[in-house]
Amino acid sequence: MLGMSANSVSYNEQGSVESGVDAAQENSSIPASISSGGAASSLFSADYKKNEDLKEMLESNKESLKLEAMKRIVGLIAKGKNASELFPAVVKNVASKNIELKKLVYVYLVRYAEEQQDLALLSISTFQRALKDPNQLIRASALRVLSSIRVPIIVPIMMLAIKEAATDLSPYVRKTAAHAIQKLFSLDPDQKEHLIEVIEKLLKDKSTLVAGSVVMAFEEVCPDRIDLIHKNYRKLCNLLVDVEEWGQVVIIHMLTRYARTQFVSPWREDAVFDENSEKAFYDSEEERRVDQSKPYIMDPDHRLLLRNTKPLLQSRNTAVVMAVSQLYWHLSPKHELSIITKSLVRLLRSHREVQYIVLQNIATMSIQRKGMFEPFMKSFYVRSTDATHIKTLKLEILTNLANEANISTILREFQTYVKSQDKAFAAATIQAIGCCATNISEVTDTCLNGLVLLLSNRDETVVAESVVVIKKLLQTQPSQHSDIIKHMAKLFDNITVPMARASILWLMGEYCEHVPKIAPDVLRKMAKTFTDEEDIVKLQIVNLAAKLYLTNSKQTKLLTQYILNLGKYDQNYDIRDRTRFIRQLIVPNEKSGALSKYARRILMAPKPAPVLQSAFKDRDRFQLGTLSHTLNSQASGYLELSDWPAVAPDQSVRNVEVKEAGAPALSKSKPAKSNEKFYSDSEEEEGEEEEGSNSEDSSSSSSEESVRESESEENSNDSNKSSSSQSEKSSSESDSEKKKKTLKNKKLQQQKPDSKDRKQKNGNAVKVESRSESESGSESSSSESSSESRSELDSDSDSGTDQKKNTKPKPVQSKPVIKQVEKKEVSLLDLDDFSPAPVTTPKSSILSPNLLSDLQGLLISPTASALQASSPVFVPETSHELLHRMTGKGLSAQYRFTRQPCIYGNSMVSLQLTLSNRTDQALENIHISEKSSTGQNIHRFNAIERLEPQASVTVSMGVDFNDSTQTANFQLCTKEDEFSVSIQPAVGELLLPITMSEADFTKEQGKLVGMNESSATITITPENVSSQSVNRKVVSVANLGVIPSGQENIYRFAGKTVSSGSLVLVSVALKDPDAMITINTEKTVMGSMLLRQVKTALTNSGP
Amino acid sequence: MIHSLFLINNAGDLFLEKHWKSVISRSICDYFFEAREKAVEPDNVPPVIRTPHHYLINIYREKIFFVSVIQTEVPPLFVIEFLHRVAETFQDYFGECSETTIKDNVVIVYELLEEMLDNGFPLATESNILKELIRPPTILRSMVNTITGSSNVGETLPTGQLSNIPWRRAGVKYTNNEAYFDVVEEIDAILDKSGTTVFAEIQGVIDACVKLSGMPDLTLSFMNPRLLDDVSFHPCVRYKRWESERVISFIPPDGNFQLMSYHISAQNLVAIPIYVKQNISFFETGSSGRLDITVGPKQTMGKTVECLVVTVHMPKVVLSANLSATQGTYNYDPVTKILLWDIGKLNPQKLPNLKGSLSLQSGAPKPEENPSLNIDLKIQQFAISGLKVNRLDMYGEKYKPFKGVKYVTKAGKFQVRT
Repeated sequence: MLGMSANSVSYNEQGSVESGVDAAQENSSIPASISSGGAASSLFSADYKKNEDLKEMLESNKESLKLEAMKRIVGLIAKGKNASELFPAVVKNVASKNIELKKLVYVYLVRYAEEQQDLALLSISTFQRALKDPNQLIRASALRVLSSIRVPIIVPIMMLAIKEAATDLSPYVRKTAAHAIQKLFSLDPDQKEHLIEVIEKLLKDKSTLVAGSVVMAFEEVCPDRIDLIHKNYRKLCNLLVDVEEWGQVVIIHMLTRYARTQFVSPWREDAVFDENSEKAFYDSEEERRVDQSKPYIMDPDHRLLLRNTKPLLQSRNTAVVMAVSQLYWHLSPKHELSIITKSLVRLLRSHREVQYIVLQNIATMSIQRKGMFEPFMKSFYVRSTDATHIKTLKLEILTNLANEANISTILREFQTYVKSQDKAFAAATIQAIGCCATNISEVTDTCLNGLVLLLSNRDETVVAESVVVIKKLLQTQPSQHSDIIKHMAKLFDNITVPMARASILWLMGEYCEHVPKIAPDVLRKMAKTFTDEEDIVKLQIVNLAAKLYLTNSKQTKLLTQYILNLGKYDQNYDIRDRTRFIRQLIVPNEKSGALSKYARRILMAPKPAPVLQSAFKDRDRFQLGTLSHTLNSQASGYLELSDWPAVAPDQSVRNVEVKEAGAPALSKSKPAKSNEKFYSDSEEEEGEEEEGSNSEDSSSSSSEESVRESESEENSNDSNKSSSSQSEKSSSESDSEKKKKTLKNKKLQQQKPDSKDRKQKNGNAVKVESRSESESGSESSSSESSSESRSELDSDSDSGTDQKKNTKPKPVQSKPVIKQVEKKEVSLLDLDDFSPAPVTTPKSSILSPNLLSDLQGLLISPTASALQASSPVFVPETSHELLHRMTGKGLSAQYRFTRQPCIYGNSMVSLQLTLSNRTDQALENIHISEKSSTGQNIHRFNAIERLEPQASVTVSMGVDFNDSTQTANFQLCTKEDEFSVSIQPAVGELLLPITMSEADFTKEQGKLVGMNESSATITITPENVSSQSVNRKVVSVANLGVIPSGQENIYRFAGKTVSSGSLVLVSVALKDPDAMITINTEKTVMGSMLLRQVKTALTNSGP
Repeated sequence: MIHSLFLINNAGDLFLEKHWKSVISRSICDYFFEAREKAVEPDNVPPVIRTPHHYLINIYREKIFFVSVIQTEVPPLFVIEFLHRVAETFQDYFGECSETTIKDNVVIVYELLEEMLDNGFPLATESNILKELIRPPTILRSMVNTITGSSNVGETLPTGQLSNIPWRRAGVKYTNNEAYFDVVEEIDAILDKSGTTVFAEIQGVIDACVKLSGMPDLTLSFMNPRLLDDVSFHPCVRYKRWESERVISFIPPDGNFQLMSYHISAQNLVAIPIYVKQNISFFETGSSGRLDITVGPKQTMGKTVECLVVTVHMPKVVLSANLSATQGTYNYDPVTKILLWDIGKLNPQKLPNLKGSLSLQSGAPKPEENPSLNIDLKIQQFAISGLKVNRLDMYGEKYKPFKGVKYVTKAGKFQVRT
């Protein structure tokens, strides 16, 4: 131990010494040799001598010594020292048991294998063995190292290893395989075809861990094979939120490119943008085809991409935000672009380097779309502490944003900058003022005057820049500015910057006719100083002389000749050339041919004004956010963004057969733990469900000012934990048992309600792993497809009967549920489970969650005792007004909740609509508009062709409220008119009754405690005390099933939410005169709302 | 993607190199040194430098240049963000990210870089995952390791890597369960000569230190969430819940992390806590100047302004300053030309004032522009935007955590033009 610490100390010494003396390698050997306990005595030992002690340490049989040696070797590598001669000694330790030692050996191997190929081969067998290790980390790191050894001989071994790893159970290993693909490709590009096969396979992977890496491999190996993406497009879009941040960047960039080849341009005048085009997404192929010829309608897949990337604008990773921004820039309709502005402006608070890149991109954007960033103009104000390149970019953006309205503000701001101590920046500001002056003609004169004032500035860079800019401005302006030119001529003696002097001279020459008196005088001065001037000034002197000779030869003939003579013997050949050329051109002699006749026209030709434009003008030829854009030149490996196709390619290529969506590890006996979507799916549902109803929740919860003190809350959190562990257990159970049972169960499952397990699934969305998912995926899909055909048939015929039933509801009161009735209902329910399965959705888990949970449910409690859906105990007859006849121009509509399971979709609430015609004319074509304005999924009734005067008709429809009481808004249309109507459901209508045994009820209730429980004590009105009235009151408020109770004063009711199938348990305990209402549900918001309604119902007297 | 990484200190010494693909000679850095030379100030080095065959993307942090070598097209922000993440990881592991600590822990640094990137593509960047793979060095652990021969390197794949909550490590246990949140708001502002606000906005972050056992599911709600205009979140935050309910629901990483940052832009009224009366003038003759600065409270909502510091970057010609401060101390560094006045607590009854003369280089023309003042300040227990945390609820675990919220307002880029 002593030796160890001594070593480490001296090791540090070595570091510090070496940092000082970088070059002298010999010096570094001094501390190293001392550290080895004085083994090497000579101070200036040669290199190999120094490493001798390391070699000894590596060959010792003490693990700690070896490790110490490796640590020092890694230190050498880190400093860029050569440690390659230790290769044989190091490679022996590749099979070490000590994991840290092994890792360090790996580091060494990867670094030097290329140089010592033969020796490196010795280690290969170790890796091959490690590839079979049961520990996934070891498998993965073995593959990492194996693929990093750049030795061409082992290409076949690598290929084999990659193929193997691509089907590994562990997504982590598969991710490593995706990385290895790129390594192998760079080592041996001939393997491309084989590697593409692996990429194709891995692209189908559903794990979020793999997605980013495989897309990276795709981009590097075969970016042109767009066809590989088609089938995975929707999956990638949907997974995107859950992919790790680096993967998101790569995927977004790839999808941007993809979308530009597959969709038609949304940048059209007649475009119709429907935020909620998901409707079309689920609709049939034909419907979409029809749209083609019509005005532009965004492809639902296009919309899907935009929608799924939008939340990522809130990412903490600036690269992700930039990636989404560029995606919107290149793909979204122009009017949706503004949402990226805020996020980009936010990034400006980040590190200096981030600012630099973001500002560059904003600069490019702001040229095309000023309006985007104009409200944020002040965010681009320059601070004196900004780095110079940041300042310049901000200036660029401010210039781009300048318009008639804000130019005065900007110019005032510029005035501050001109005075900046950073002279380069002040010069850039002057340029910017020049730009503003040319772009906005109203302020040209103001700017010009301001610039002239700057000519008397003490700093010569400022003056020089002003002169240059004034020159450009004068050129753009017709030359009535002779006083400015005169002023400049006066200043000429004080200006020393060559560029500025040259500019003034050029101006003199160009406008010599406007300043006929001054110009020859200037030329006279210049003739004196000609030999001391810089080259560009000399050139301009020659120019000036020539021009004056042509316009005013009387005064300047001799001067010109003098200057031309000086120029003839100048050291610079450019000047000599120019002088000769000018002489031939302007001085007439016999040799000069036809050209000298045109001398005046040549030299005094009106010159086009230079265009002052932004350096970012053409940058948009590069995809934003790329390296090429930053450099403004094409970087190697840059992939061009293609133009929109004129006609969209076939959209059906992206349709995914359900069967193909299976997990990649299908061939394996035990599928890998598939990475479940954490937020995208389950959260999405939850989020929407709870949307808009949170206000009660937060207000009911105590509003303390701060949470500083560790308050005692009543949430007992054990519930979640216990249930999750249970479900985990059960799911693993299901794994083993499933094989045997599935066949048997397939029949059963169609008759089984699913509330219990479905609830469990939702409740533990975080934890429950859908182990069975991939396996059952194929099974369920097959069973689904068979049942689907059936269900479609059934639903048609059923709807008729259903309606009949609905028209004549019977208020059943607390009657024990009859088995036969129940059975019928159940079959109806099941049918719903299958019917609306959207074929286009890529994930099988989304396709049939109920089916899946059915399966699980069966295995958890094979005894059918659990929960069963039941018919509604009570169906209220009250109907609500949807459309008054006054507002509806004679059409009136009323709706009521039928409390029946909806036939259109299992997550829909069924409604009955009564439409009456109160006019004296027939109304035609009554229907619900295709464009639903809110997020709810609505099943419309079939259009009513004709409604006779005073007649009324009853139709049924379904609305998926997503378990939230948010109103569903839609348009009720007649042939002539459109009426906006809305339905707000009471919370009790979002439930379906279920029945269960008392024991099950208490068991379920036990699981839903803590925050899932809300309760209240009320004083019950005397007439409500009877069991009948309590039952009646409760079931009238909410669509719940009555649970037969064994206790006298406790009444229990059970239901499930329509959309998510979460269990809702209500119990009322009477303790004269009080009553305690308890509601248990994981939908806490619904729970508290329901509680309030039950409370009011029970405290109110009356029927 | 990222090919190699070189760490270079301020003096231009290259003290660490790491290659993820084939080795690139360190001579590539000559292009960087050239640019570094040209830029004079380290801040002015362009982040992206082109060389004939490679591209160098660099960041400057804690006096170290992180120079990465790129060969093909890659989003530059991708690399920049990653390099910053590397620097943050070092900070997290060693307490600070400096040349000394990196050199002292070169093996761990190497192991970290090896895990963070595979073939140039980020592999594991979450601190919780990395800490399971490679344990951070502590004195105790290095003692134990020397005795038992165990190592700092984890033997199994961190559970987080596979789970859908990669940011949290499994099996976290604490005897004291606590969760602290710091609401830190910075005022970015530019005030002009007359004291009117040219531009002001608030940049806020909520830093969290969560040490809770098991898998807690936290919900943080605000009294006034509508204030938050533009937000960005740690990946653990469920965005949907924020969109629909304006609460922050998340399973936290273990330890310190930044939960969210937000931006309250200039459109909303931003309160400016202090005012500055200043008068700096340079005389045409006599090569001297006068300086008179007074700071007073403006909109402090009854809170005390602390740690008040005024920094002035003087023009090059200012040689020395002969000033007197009624409160605090001042210091003028003639080399960097920075005048620093450390006031401390702002007393509203007796306003601090700094007055005196400046002597200029004789013969030099008087400076064109007056230097602008940079203000630094701190207000404890107060968020200038008025943002308030309503409550923090924990689900999923049984114990009762200790919870705390702290507010602090600071000056960010707060500049007074003169």
